[in-house]
Amino acid sequence: MTDTREQFHPENHPNDHFLLTTVVGSYKKPKWLDRARELLEDEDASFDEDDWEEATDDASRLITEEHERTGMDVICDGEMRRNEMVEYFAHLIEGYEFNGRVKVWGHNYFDKPSVVEEVEYGEEWLVDEFEFTDSVSERPVKVPITGPYTLANWSFNEVYDDEEQLAYDLADLVNEEIDRLVDAGAKYIQIDEPALATTPDDHAIVGACLDRIVDDIPEDVRVGLHVCYGDYSRIYPEMLDYPVDEYDLELCNGNYEQLDVFTEHEFTKDLALGVVDAHVAEVEPVEEIKENIVKGFEVVPPERLTVSPDCGLKLLPREVAYGKMENMVQAAREVEEELDAGEIDVGLAAPTSD
Amino acid sequence: MSEVVTTTPGLYPLPDWAKDDLSDLKGHQKADLIDGTESEEIEDAYERVRSEYVDHQQSAGLDRIVEGQGRWDDMIAHPLAVADAVETRGIVRYYDNNNFYREPVVTDDLAATGDVAAELDAASEQVDSGLQAVLPGPYSLADLATDEHYGDDGAFLDAVADFLADEIDAFPDVETLFLLEPSLVENPPEDGEDERASEAIDAVAAAADAEVVAHTYWGALDEKVYAHLMDADVDAIGFDFVANHEDNVYNISEYGTKDDVALGVVDGQNTLVEEPETIAERIEWVGDNTPSTDFETIYATINTETFYLPVNKYEAKLDALAAVNKEVMLA
Repeated sequence: MTDTREQFHPENHPNDHFLLTTVVGSYKKPKWLDRARELLEDEDASFDEDDWEEATDDASRLITEEHERTGMDVICDGEMRRNEMVEYFAHLIEGYEFNGRVKVWGHNYFDKPSVVEEVEYGEEWLVDEFEFTDSVSERPVKVPITGPYTLANWSFNEVYDDEEQLAYDLADLVNEEIDRLVDAGAKYIQIDEPALATTPDDHAIVGACLDRIVDDIPEDVRVGLHVCYGDYSRIYPEMLDYPVDEYDLELCNGNYEQLDVFTEHEFTKDLALGVVDAHVAEVEPVEEIKENIVKGFEVVPPERLTVSPDCGLKLLPREVAYGKMENMVQAAREVEEELDAGEIDVGLAAPTSD
Repeated sequence: MSEVVTTTPGLYPLPDWAKDDLSDLKGHQKADLIDGTESEEIEDAYERVRSEYVDHQQSAGLDRIVEGQGRWDDMIAHPLAVADAVETRGIVRYYDNNNFYREPVVTDDLAATGDVAAELDAASEQVDSGLQAVLPGPYSLADLATDEHYGDDGAFLDAVADFLADEIDAFPDVETLFLLEPSLVENPPEDGEDERASEAIDAVAAAADAEVVAHTYWGALDEKVYAHLMDADVDAIGFDFVANHEDNVYNISEYGTKDDVALGVVDGQNTLVEEPETIAERIEWVGDNTPSTDFETIYATINTETFYLPVNKYEAKLDALAAVNKEVMLA
């Protein structure tokens, strides 16, 4: 198998060991960007599409640099151009229609789209976002994309015989988008499938979607899969057959109670371990994050461990999100030093297993 | 010859103005949700919501009118969420949907609140005939809740049934009562529990001076659960013919059903709006495929709650359903 990880190993990395540090993707938007969106949607305001583009560029630059300042190895722009993980794409794909908001819980709503015609590739999704982020960042950029299964599962389906057929058609569109992203220079793609956590019985459908997604994508492009909190025992070890390099999993929020799931059967791919909680608005101390990172060595050796937050950080206050990322990177560097010194003897990091 | 009565299981989506106004008035966090002690402004907003729901059902021409349950932030767990002996804790998933409610934890002796009765009283001012009450069935309500007081499943189920029966005692006159029992499908009772579930439904139904429909959805009941449910003294059992028509027809053919029946023939979770002709065909299909039965009253209904839908589609579905009467007559 091609090593897709080494290309993200910085030349001036301070330690012999390298734990790849990154994020899942979304980040709290600056307040002024929310205000700019309101202006864009206000017909009486003079704020137009050009103004919006300038505002999103500014936000993207700001958040990209915020990620860079943490010292993280692979960054994102916090998805500043995206309003929501399904709506954003549904607006760009032909065949979707919006009818209004539906309840998620309490007074939290979601503009759940309906598929009213067979889906087709319409406007470009993420190439502009990637090219801009890549141009302002000195570090490699990861591109998160909502996966086809989630796009299908979180939409009303008025056309297809079943959700599976819709998911496959959407998977072909994701494949087309990745093709364009790769042409633009993207090397690290993350497919987000939160819906899989709620309907684990459909893991074979997600697998078939991924086969379509990676079709004809160059081997050196790193493809990850992010699945947030769920009962992983219902998709593991079957998910190891998916054609991806890395699994990004939310385990911190559940205090690593599910870690055993991944030790019963050898974890044969790379693990991106959630080491800070995306749902708790307190910055974990470096020592605590280090303990979380070390738990990852029970599943994979250091050269296959990626370190990231549990999930997107968009629900956290910005200073808290920043603090978590900063401490996470520091914790990773300290663990690397301890690995270099042979001081860590947990699981697959034990010096004897080298 | 069956009489077709058009109705819905309630729990309508809030009108868009109410989504905005009520989230401004109440907030977005779990502590901001309904607990039975709303301010006057919030009460007024809900009053207007209720009035719009009733107006729309009446102008569409539905035969049964529900209050619409706009206040039920916790979906069918609502009656417990406003009860004194209950703490609402974390946000938990509502069945297999991308929806969440506050987990009601029962910590003391349950006592009726009159909350649902007050909603029906308010609705009854606008409804001269055909008012329909909606409640969770005892099995589903107990299933959605956590017991930290009664100590055993049987005692807890009985307590929930008594609680619901006491709520019903305070109801104004209603024509029909829909008891929503999705948990009988989604988390079916095991051996022994199935008989208790049926007895609990029986106890709740006995408190109602109305036609009682035990409505199930998201699939068909396991055979044994269905056989036990047939022992409950309800006037009709409701079947979800959108989710699973074959197993539901099998149950009806194999075990018979009550004199009346409720048929979920409109999809409450998809924006594709059925034509009245399609709805009529679905009703006729059930009749054609259960030759051994002769229904007196057929409650033609949306299969699930409708809060899953955007407002324009839910209204269009109510309109299509209300238009079905004539279609069946023509057939």
